[in-house]
Amino acid sequence: MILTVDHVTSYRYAQPVRGVVQSHRLTPSVFDGQTALDWSVSVSDGLKGGGFRDGAGDWVQGWSVPGPVSAITVTVRGTVRTQDLAGLLRGHREAIPREAYLDDTAPTRVDAALAELARSAGGASDPLDAAHRLSAAVARAIAYKPGATHAHTTAAEALALGEGVCQDHAHALIAVARHAALPARYVSGYLMSGGDGSAAEAAHAWAEIWVQGLGWIGFDPANACCPDDRYIRLGSGLDAQDAAPIRGTARGPGAEVLDVAVAVQAVQQ
Amino acid sequence: MRPNIGQRPIVPARKQTAGLPPGEARCLSAVRPRDGEPFLVISSFNEMYHNGTVRSPYARLEDWTKAMPAELRQMKQAEAEALFRRIGITFAVYGEGGDPDRLIPFDMFPRVFTGAEWARLERGIKQRARALNAFLVDVYGRGEIVRAGRIPAHLVYRNEAYEKAVAGFVPPKGVYSHIVGVDLVRTGPDDFFVLEDNCRTPSGVSYMLENREIMMRMFPGLFRENRIEPVDSYPQLLRRTLASVAPVKCDTEPTVVILTPGHFNSAYYEHSFLADLMGVELVEGQDLFVEGEFVWMRTTEGPRRVDVIYRRIDDAFIDPLCFRPDSLLGIPGLMDVYRSGGVSICSAPGAGVADDKAVYTYVPEMIRFYLGEEPILQNVPTWQCGKADDCAYVLENLGDLVVKEVHGSGGYGMLVGPRSTAEQIAGFAERIKADPGNYIAQPTLALSTVPTFVGEGVAPRHVDLRPYCLVGERIELVPGGLTRVALKDGSLVVNSSQGGGVKDTWVLAE
Repeated sequence: MILTVDHVTSYRYAQPVRGVVQSHRLTPSVFDGQTALDWSVSVSDGLKGGGFRDGAGDWVQGWSVPGPVSAITVTVRGTVRTQDLAGLLRGHREAIPREAYLDDTAPTRVDAALAELARSAGGASDPLDAAHRLSAAVARAIAYKPGATHAHTTAAEALALGEGVCQDHAHALIAVARHAALPARYVSGYLMSGGDGSAAEAAHAWAEIWVQGLGWIGFDPANACCPDDRYIRLGSGLDAQDAAPIRGTARGPGAEVLDVAVAVQAVQQ
Repeated sequence: MRPNIGQRPIVPARKQTAGLPPGEARCLSAVRPRDGEPFLVISSFNEMYHNGTVRSPYARLEDWTKAMPAELRQMKQAEAEALFRRIGITFAVYGEGGDPDRLIPFDMFPRVFTGAEWARLERGIKQRARALNAFLVDVYGRGEIVRAGRIPAHLVYRNEAYEKAVAGFVPPKGVYSHIVGVDLVRTGPDDFFVLEDNCRTPSGVSYMLENREIMMRMFPGLFRENRIEPVDSYPQLLRRTLASVAPVKCDTEPTVVILTPGHFNSAYYEHSFLADLMGVELVEGQDLFVEGEFVWMRTTEGPRRVDVIYRRIDDAFIDPLCFRPDSLLGIPGLMDVYRSGGVSICSAPGAGVADDKAVYTYVPEMIRFYLGEEPILQNVPTWQCGKADDCAYVLENLGDLVVKEVHGSGGYGMLVGPRSTAEQIAGFAERIKADPGNYIAQPTLALSTVPTFVGEGVAPRHVDLRPYCLVGERIELVPGGLTRVALKDGSLVVNSSQGGGVKDTWVLAE
């Protein structure tokens, strides 16, 4: 499939700030399931900083905007050819050993209810089966409901609510997978959600679980599936914050208003 | 109120803290000298008096002590105290609360090594510094030592100090730890043990320099009579070391700065002292900013590019975009500049994975693996409670062992078996059982002693040693270090936070 992405993030500051610094993971991962045909990231009035491929295989790009500045816009546009690998992250080069993805962070910490959820999904014949069972259990336990949770909701809180969005599903799956001694991580990317513009979100997130013999495999409990050719992978981390496509800070007081518009569409062939 | 520490010169310390060099409480001999026992007979190795004679490096000091009347000594001590106060050298104590004006005593009786003793220590310390850096480059690269099964993967990759943000990165000249503080204890004429390595930002070197300065001012005669190797080249060697690891994008004479958390930090004095002696700027996070591909320092003449940052801030705080987002001490975007070759950070982020107490056990293995050599300096035998057999042994022998938290420092959160009550031991056993992987245990060692001025004259007190090894294009070690001394009679703990003091450390020219 060929997907186009049009992703615009704008920041407006109540008072002009002295400068903005950002760190981006906004470039499609390099692996057998996707190839960027063209891709550009621009920052209004921005100075491109250092860029490098990090240990997780992601392209990280620094940006800065000298102040004073009252608003900035980050524009991502591109076209990616994708292929359905049933979730397999084949041909991806990375330097971080899987053991580093066994330690929990605050949003993925297991509480009694998550431990019980992991236990209820037990009885698997092998690690791949175990990962599928955990993903299905998370999908059943947390209903998709935008607005029920916020950016800092933890996996335990989302499970207690029984509602959440893709970030909560991914955190919950990572929590129960690590609890079952399976290395797991958070993946951020895009999803072509179909013409109706419903349910799934175009700026999307899911989890990857490391399975002996197969390597990293994506699981998307929010859509009860494994990533296929509708998905574009950008980067990974221990949790949502660690894998954030844009991390940034503005020097100066005052509030910041954020506005995000994302469109992912399939090119008619 | 100042605590009363006899007649010794004492030094005020500031609020807020990290103990004089943050480190372990040193646990020494389980054998406590009895009251009134002449100091020549205690069981520990006395570095001055051995087998009834004065050891050669101390030969001239015996006359010096004998020739000094009590009144003169008291006068000199007062003089030393006044000098320290004037300089304002301060170090405070971590986690103690209480008196912010806590004082750190300086003992005028020097600790002395022969040139031959030092030559061996120097070889051993440099060997260790090379192996630790090879280990760091390896574990953030291919991890050959883990693949070879010589160290367990979880000890490295699940270590709190492992930074996946630097995986795959090789810092300039392949150096992660540019200042390695190797903490040593001695148990006999030829027996030295490494207690721990400090690969991040070992503190205390300002004491090494100030103690010497003050001794030279007060006792110039001693420095004429003894051929003592100088240590005052340290700041220039440090500067040269830092400049030698300039980043790939630096094509001019590198600009070096020291990054401090600020004047509330207990080691702030040391930060400003070193900046002064090196002739570099002392900056806080707010003085630096990232723009384009580089880090810049605000100056009165406009922004100036910074190439090498000697940081005295922990990894977690150096860049809120990469590590703790709530950090106000760091520089947003620093890690992106670092990883793309625009600036060097010393010590390199992630260096802490080499100096954790569980990894320490494997340093001899690192020396064999990377250097193909046998360790010149020995480790203290260490039991890892994370291993079932070791844990069982430790629980059975708690009364004879010292137990420490893997990530602990400063002598807190530890059990000194021979000095603990049955209840304390039982309570600690429960803590170990609850989280065995968090503890290691070591035997209590009979630490050496050096004569020390005490209220009634001179008496032996236990000591340790922290030399500071510099690693850049070259590996350098000035002949000396920081000797810490446990001032309380029989005390095994040399931490400043637990009643320790400091001494000048001499290496005699051959």
